[in-house]
Amino acid sequence: MIESCSLAIIPLLVAFFVAYGAWHKVPVYEAFTEGAKEGFDISIRIIPYLVAMMVAVAMFRASGAIDLLALAFEPVLEIIGMPADLLPLAITRSLSGSGARGIFAQIAATYGDNDPVTKTAAVMLGSSETTFYVLSVYFGAVGVKKFRHAVAAGIVADLTGILVALFVSKLFFY
Amino acid sequence: MMNWIWLFFILSSVIISIFNGKIGDVSNAILSSAQSAVTICIGLVGIMALWLGLMRIAQQSGMIDCIAHFLSPLLKRLFPGVPKNDPVQADIALNISANALGLGNAATPFGIKAMEGLKRLNPNKPDTASDDMCTFLTINTAGVQLIPVSAIAILMAVGSENPGEILLPTLITTFSALCIGVIFVKCLIKLSPNPGKKK
Repeated sequence: MIESCSLAIIPLLVAFFVAYGAWHKVPVYEAFTEGAKEGFDISIRIIPYLVAMMVAVAMFRASGAIDLLALAFEPVLEIIGMPADLLPLAITRSLSGSGARGIFAQIAATYGDNDPVTKTAAVMLGSSETTFYVLSVYFGAVGVKKFRHAVAAGIVADLTGILVALFVSKLFFY
Repeated sequence: MMNWIWLFFILSSVIISIFNGKIGDVSNAILSSAQSAVTICIGLVGIMALWLGLMRIAQQSGMIDCIAHFLSPLLKRLFPGVPKNDPVQADIALNISANALGLGNAATPFGIKAMEGLKRLNPNKPDTASDDMCTFLTINTAGVQLIPVSAIAILMAVGSENPGEILLPTLITTFSALCIGVIFVKCLIKLSPNPGKKK
């Protein structure tokens, strides 16, 4: 049910935009192509920013730095009641979307679909957006280099997400 | 700040990988990730063109103004630097709704459109983020999504019979992260608002 709804969203949305335009006597084809021209420009403009961010994050993941962080944070884990296997996911989900999905798939395969650890990990993955990707793409597109409060706020939101995910999962799954 | 974060990622990974013998992996990661960043951007061209084309129709038909008018009261509170009935309001609204529906690919063009509008209204130097940009990106990084598609897909792939049970906890989690993030960014803005054009 949910699946067929989400399949229909995009076609319906496209049809709605075009029908609404035609109803208001907009030359829809010309308007569309005129707007679409901008698409190329914007996509190309964000390349340098995305290369910078993705290279740095890929290096960080490949170096094993995340395992080291996990080791350093072990005492904190006990206080907040987080299974050690979830830490790499908690760190990676702010950095790399595909990386976080990979780690989650690994956790799910190790623990099985019915284990509370898998479910907690699913909540952690599902409740997050890749903060550093969003920042570099959106700021890159408009040429902003001084991000001011956006980085700190993004990190605080991510940390909140991790803590709440643990707490809510305790209530729902354990 | 970004300078430091970037420097930290690069230097710490090289130093760590020298000690644990993973320098070869890091080398591969550099080359392949640079390539995949470009692949992602090129892959974005088509989808960007599609949604920006539809956005132009929406703009000319007055749909954007209509949405902006409708959401004005809420957005006025969140983004005090955006004037009433400015078209940016609609871009922001479309971006947030596309994210909520899980249409990640559609959300990006709307979001970039919104960022361009916020850039037009930016009271600072062009390379410095405005208060409203910070708030907007905080909302985006919190990633409110009604249905966490990829988490559910992976759960189903490992044979979960009831992946829907993560829906409510996930929703509670994202909303708390969103609220705390927005409150936090608003506090930071209070403490140090838009610096303006001067140094």
